[in-house]
Amino acid sequence: MREVFWLIPFVPAVSTIILAVFGEKLSKKYISFQACGAVFVSFLISVYSFIGLLKLSPEQYPVVKNLFSWIHSGNFQANLSFQFDPLTAVMTMVVSAVGFLIHVYSIGYMAEDRSYSRFFTLMNLFTFSMLLLVMASNIVLMFVGWEGVGFCSYMLIGFWFEKHSAANAGKKAFIVNRIGDAGFLLGMLFIIVNIGSTEFVNINNAVAGGSLSSGLVTLIAILLFVGATGKSAQIPLYVWLPDAMEGPTPVSALIHAATMVTAGVYMVARMNVFYTVSEAAGFIVAIIGAITAVYAGTMALTQNDIKRVLAYSTISQIGYMFIGCGVGAYAAGIFHLYTHAFFKSLLFLAAGSVMHALSGELDMRKMGGLKKYMPYTYPTFLIGAIAIAGVPFLSGFFSKDAILTAAFAKGQYVVWALGILGAVLTAFYMFRLIFLTFHGKERLDPEVKKHIHESPPVMTIPLSILAFFSVIAGYIGLPVVLGKKVNWFNNFLKPLMPPIHETHLSVGTEWLLILISIIVALSGIFIAYWFYLKKPDVPHKWVSRFPFLYKLLYNKYYVDEAYNYVFVRPAIKGSEFVYHKFDLNVIDGAVNGTASGTGFFGKVLSYLQTGFIKDYALVFLLGTIILLGLLIF
Amino acid sequence: MIPTIYFLILSAVLFVMGTVGFLIKKDLITQFMCVEVMLNAANIAFIAFAASSSSLEGQIIVFFVITVAAAEAAVGLAIILLVYKQKKTIKSEDSSLMKG
Repeated sequence: MREVFWLIPFVPAVSTIILAVFGEKLSKKYISFQACGAVFVSFLISVYSFIGLLKLSPEQYPVVKNLFSWIHSGNFQANLSFQFDPLTAVMTMVVSAVGFLIHVYSIGYMAEDRSYSRFFTLMNLFTFSMLLLVMASNIVLMFVGWEGVGFCSYMLIGFWFEKHSAANAGKKAFIVNRIGDAGFLLGMLFIIVNIGSTEFVNINNAVAGGSLSSGLVTLIAILLFVGATGKSAQIPLYVWLPDAMEGPTPVSALIHAATMVTAGVYMVARMNVFYTVSEAAGFIVAIIGAITAVYAGTMALTQNDIKRVLAYSTISQIGYMFIGCGVGAYAAGIFHLYTHAFFKSLLFLAAGSVMHALSGELDMRKMGGLKKYMPYTYPTFLIGAIAIAGVPFLSGFFSKDAILTAAFAKGQYVVWALGILGAVLTAFYMFRLIFLTFHGKERLDPEVKKHIHESPPVMTIPLSILAFFSVIAGYIGLPVVLGKKVNWFNNFLKPLMPPIHETHLSVGTEWLLILISIIVALSGIFIAYWFYLKKPDVPHKWVSRFPFLYKLLYNKYYVDEAYNYVFVRPAIKGSEFVYHKFDLNVIDGAVNGTASGTGFFGKVLSYLQTGFIKDYALVFLLGTIILLGLLIF
Repeated sequence: MIPTIYFLILSAVLFVMGTVGFLIKKDLITQFMCVEVMLNAANIAFIAFAASSSSLEGQIIVFFVITVAAAEAAVGLAIILLVYKQKKTIKSEDSSLMKG
């Protein structure tokens, strides 16, 4: 294997620098070409390295390329080094492939924007940060990528910073992420102090070899997971993701599918040894994931903003990935990450296409019947929705089923039940979205209707490609019940993962579980059909029958308000108090006091300066006499 | 040979006259002349010591003092001239620009 994989993050980095320096002077055409080209080159190198990796035997994983020693201080050593193994291969290919399609789509979506070059600079930087994160061979370099995606999300969510809400959403994303990052940083410091190495290989060996006490392993695992909840938008730090919809739609697609939110899942999978050694930490990950999956699903039920529904669905789907990681089925979690990347980016880009057609309209109550106006967007959107709902033979079904089966096999029946409940919700709200947007009566503004149009090919072609992959991506990881060999994805990742006790489920149970998944998905779709097409007045009746429940869901359980009240307001109040009392009085007082004291003494001393030569001479004489007196006596 | 002490007494008397004159006179020119008197009083003391210890150092220093006095006279008189041009007076009380 030729070790060229370090070029994967390097190419977008160079492109970012060129765009950042010369961007304003370059033509739009060239910017689009370079930005997309850089990510595409990364994708080609990823595929090339992946093919090289296939020829290696599992004992040779991971391939590490050490570029140079970055920090060396005492026992602490961090290199600028990259590694390539099956997990990295999957991540780099997903990030660069989906990232590339989103870049291409953005050419159409952002065509009219004033800050075209700034947008593509940041998109490239985002891709670079994520690639750095997944390719780093030590935790310190990973942290650089980790912070990089946080920064880029801040810049891109607040891309239209003239809008107050966008600037605030960017700030919120950044601050909430910092809370998680604090956990990650602490976990990292614990690892460095107790293991003494930053390289993943050494960390893995040390923890698997049992050189840490079990309490310490649990502590580190939980601290790292706190970081993951921030980046991957899980309870309790999910609040930034729905607000992140303020950014341009391609950015949402990038954040949700390829970069950013998957970082937490990747990190947990990379650090899987901690969650395997510490059962408790693994259980926490699974239960948080399961609760988030249901909780976010319920919030998606009542939202009217098309992008917000998708945002909550992402939170819910990431929850599934964490269920997979928590029950020890890391391959299943990463598998869901991989399929989710395709259909979620597809859904976002299709939603962006709808917005584009409707002059930026986001409210589903003002849509309806768009099917006939959007001959490309509608079928692709539908494929995405079917895939995420978990209907058989599309990618989402295989990955979700793999996770739920693993949870059941591990004996985590509560987690499994929550997962099933989440699946009903997913199918329901996705098809509610479809029916409200594309079917039924037209509820468009007449003004909007005049300008309605299908998006240009530069936007619909990426949609079609993503739709194609949303259908077929699952076939590399078929359920184990069909034979041990067919789950190629599992076998590919196996060398990296802890040896899980093979599922002890009988063939009958497995088929039963699959059947339940299918029934659940179809019933969700059917309920949505019943509610929103057959009997459009049923939802209203339900709202009037359970007004409290509806208000609770519509207002997202008042969590934002609660956080505001419990954390944000006291912080602001406390800062104001400190500002008024301490800053203005003590700090400013000390500074101003020094200045006015000096002035006062200067004034007093200046009375000695009479300006008369004789006075000076007299003082001079007296001084001389005193000195002489001292000399003589 | 006149004893050294007489020279020193003369020197001291001249020096005190110069000092007192500098302090009590109001005229800048007079004050300036008082400074010259003080310098020359010092010169007398130097010469007296040089003669009594029959060494040359004292005499050499006197040359330096005379040189400095010449330079000082040039600068000092120029300043006084400029003060007069500005203020039409050479009373030292009238110039107190440096008052703090």
